[in-house]
Amino acid sequence: MPDLISSIVDYYNYLIYITLMMIGLYAMIAKKNLVKKIVGMNIFQTAIILFYVSIGAKKGATIPIIQHGHGEGADEITSSVIKAAEYINPLPHVLMLTAIVVAVATLGVALALAIKVYNRYETLEEDEILAQIREK
Amino acid sequence: MRIFGIIVVILTGALLIYAMGDFPSWADPASPAHNHVSPRYIEKSLEQTSVPNLVTAVLADYRGYDTMFETAVIFAAGVVCFFLLRIPRKDEPTVRRYRHTLTGITISVKETREIPPVLEEFERIDTLWTPPDLIIKTCCRILVPFLQLFGLYVIAHGHHSPGGGFQGGVILGASMILLAISHDLRTAIGRMSERVHAILCSVGVFIFAGTGALCLVLGLNFLDYGALARILHVDPVTARSHGILIVEIGVGLAVMTAMIWIYNNISSKGKYDEGL
Amino acid sequence: MSQHYPVLLVTVPLLSALLISIVGWLNKRFCFPIAVAALSVAAYSSVGLLFRVLDEKVILYHLGGWAPPWGIAYSVDHLSALVLVVVSVVALLNLIATQKSIEQEFSEKIGAFYTLYVLLVTGLLGIVVTGDVFNLYVLLEITALTSYGLIAMGEDRAPLASLNYVYMGTIGACLYLLGIGYLYISTGSLNMANISSILPGLYDSKVVLAAFIICMVGVCLKMAFFPLHAWLPNAYTYAPSAVSSLVAPLMTKVMIYVMIRLMLTVFTPEFIFSKLALSNTVVWLAVIAIFMGAVLALGARDMKKMLCYVIIAEVGYMVGGAWLGNRAGMTGAILHIANDALMTLCVFLAVGNIVYKVRGYAFEDLKGMFRKMPYTMTGLVAGALSMIGVPPTCGFFSKWYLISGGIQAGQYGFVAALVFSSLINAVLFFRIIEIGYYEPFRADHGHESSPVRMAEAPLTMVVPLLIVAGGLVVMGVYTGDIVTHIIEPIIPPAMGN
Repeated sequence: MPDLISSIVDYYNYLIYITLMMIGLYAMIAKKNLVKKIVGMNIFQTAIILFYVSIGAKKGATIPIIQHGHGEGADEITSSVIKAAEYINPLPHVLMLTAIVVAVATLGVALALAIKVYNRYETLEEDEILAQIREK
Repeated sequence: MRIFGIIVVILTGALLIYAMGDFPSWADPASPAHNHVSPRYIEKSLEQTSVPNLVTAVLADYRGYDTMFETAVIFAAGVVCFFLLRIPRKDEPTVRRYRHTLTGITISVKETREIPPVLEEFERIDTLWTPPDLIIKTCCRILVPFLQLFGLYVIAHGHHSPGGGFQGGVILGASMILLAISHDLRTAIGRMSERVHAILCSVGVFIFAGTGALCLVLGLNFLDYGALARILHVDPVTARSHGILIVEIGVGLAVMTAMIWIYNNISSKGKYDEGL
Repeated sequence: MSQHYPVLLVTVPLLSALLISIVGWLNKRFCFPIAVAALSVAAYSSVGLLFRVLDEKVILYHLGGWAPPWGIAYSVDHLSALVLVVVSVVALLNLIATQKSIEQEFSEKIGAFYTLYVLLVTGLLGIVVTGDVFNLYVLLEITALTSYGLIAMGEDRAPLASLNYVYMGTIGACLYLLGIGYLYISTGSLNMANISSILPGLYDSKVVLAAFIICMVGVCLKMAFFPLHAWLPNAYTYAPSAVSSLVAPLMTKVMIYVMIRLMLTVFTPEFIFSKLALSNTVVWLAVIAIFMGAVLALGARDMKKMLCYVIIAEVGYMVGGAWLGNRAGMTGAILHIANDALMTLCVFLAVGNIVYKVRGYAFEDLKGMFRKMPYTMTGLVAGALSMIGVPPTCGFFSKWYLISGGIQAGQYGFVAALVFSSLINAVLFFRIIEIGYYEPFRADHGHESSPVRMAEAPLTMVVPLLIVAGGLVVMGVYTGDIVTHIIEPIIPPAMGN
């Protein structure tokens, strides 16, 4: 039992991201409302962002901005002074900035499409739309 | 569909949890992710780019090419929203509502073009109009300039503190969207017309890609800001820092205008007439 | 300037897309010439790259002057050079061929249309040329976003089909992103060559296995591989004809390129074919994909939908060929990327011409079409022959490699599926030809006896179509050279002979 708990504590970030991702995936598959699906899609993307950001964490390290890296005395700081162990990994943060922008862009396009669908069928429920298509 | 969803979710979750067994535990400094590429970013980037904020250095320089396309993604989203939703102005008669400010009487006018109200006391109102809330309007109007100032600070200070083009651009965009929400869409468009933000959006991305192309013209690789040293008359490392700033300004411009563009199109369903 | 070809290829279209967007607000007449110029530069540099690759094997380009794995690198080898030429030439020909129909359909938003078109091509070229797994994701999203927008501007159910495409495409791209996250957490790198040099020590890791499966599922979603194909038929059918003749030949093929790139460069064939026992399963899935694609195509009621199901079957060909695990199968899959792009372009352009003239693509609209639009129908027949796999056209040769790969691997189910699908294609296209040739033209006002006058599409639409149709035969004639000089060097010796 202590083993299980300690492994859960060790891997809690992965467990959270998996849970969040599955919630999003379920919403996208099982929900009938088109906007709820878009919300599910966003949760799915957010889960991946959480995963990446949690990769970047490092015990005993601080935010990735070099201390005293600007202003007076900045010139004395060279690579010998900066230790990689003192700063967390900046790369996942950079990647996720990209992924966040992509998520926002996709959300905007998806909402625009939902508006277009609504203009045409006067509803956002998938089964009602399919019923309208079948009637023709 | 619900059962199918549960099956897919359980299968995917099982695969992910199975793979979790070999992951390094949370925040383990010995994880391969921290020991291959990233130490060099942390140790060298101040020396190579003279930017203390490592995220900015990696974002705009080491992986600047990704960031360029990221800006292109948000630009594409703006163009797609415009392309899908915008309804060009037609001369079909539409019903517009005007309100007499002194008596509160509302009249509907069927007209083909927007006729500027002849009398000072008539104001154009939205279909879903609510009485003006002085507190909200005034607070938002006071907030907007501070928001914009903060946005500019975030863009300009991205080298030294958390921030940069995207964050600052979003704040700037939010200031205009706040104006549109608290007043109405026409007020916001009056400050910044559709043509202006559409063109500025491409100009923003153009600044980024153009800086890259300029480096190429000056004889080094695409986006190698070191080439700018020749025209900025500084040493190559400082030139990288300046190059990052130029690029961040482009990003800020593109993100701000793209946000406004997407908001305007979606909230007015492409009519640019009434928001939300 | 020639050392900058890899980057010019992508950034010239990007800069022109921005320029088109600005010019579109000022004067719409300049949009088309800028787009043509941009894609011509891209086509010129991709051909230049192909010739350089023949001498130099691999061309590396360090963006921002940073060496990989710290910076992003472009790496062009034979495979990417071949696909680059295909993508840029197909996009250019399609742009010229569909100019009239674009003007007919989007007169008001022509600037936005060309911006999105050129951005889409930029994304596709970038995916092919890049040597960085994360850069590939960003470009994947550019192509995806622009294609959502372009597809949704079609008629009828297009917005709904496009919204479904958004859901599926986003899941696909996100799974790919998650997969490369798993790769990053186990290797610490994002550069393809660098990852593949670190991976051999990690072949037994569960994380790498999961990364591979997740990436593959994501890519399969994007390429509409059989059980995950549901979004494709509607999206491509209801798209405007200029758009479907761009995305149908290119999107799925570029995704297959991504799959082959992941298999050959990132995960290496040793891992895939020796460590994993998935090869059989995937080939059987491909067999089902081919059967289902063929059967669904038989049931389709209009030409575009029928062609969409044929595409699903063709995706099955290529995935199956790549997973056979021998040289012939891989050669066939790579050759089929180029051939299938050309023949899909050919048939979709022909359908586009018919839509331009008749405003419809149901089978009844085809009556008497051979008299009315003889050149267009000639192009359609050439494309059809290639899809069936009749010898002088290129479709025959790639099918030949695929079948011989199937026999070598002992996968007779795959061979049977290929033969079955060719027969079905023959039935499908002869039905079209029969309707077009023998059934009389249905005149609009009931004057059935009135003689059918020739009313061919404009010259700018017919000439590119005939060039593509000729290209099918030329590709077929030079198959031997393409295979020995371009495809042979890419396949690692580990894959046997």
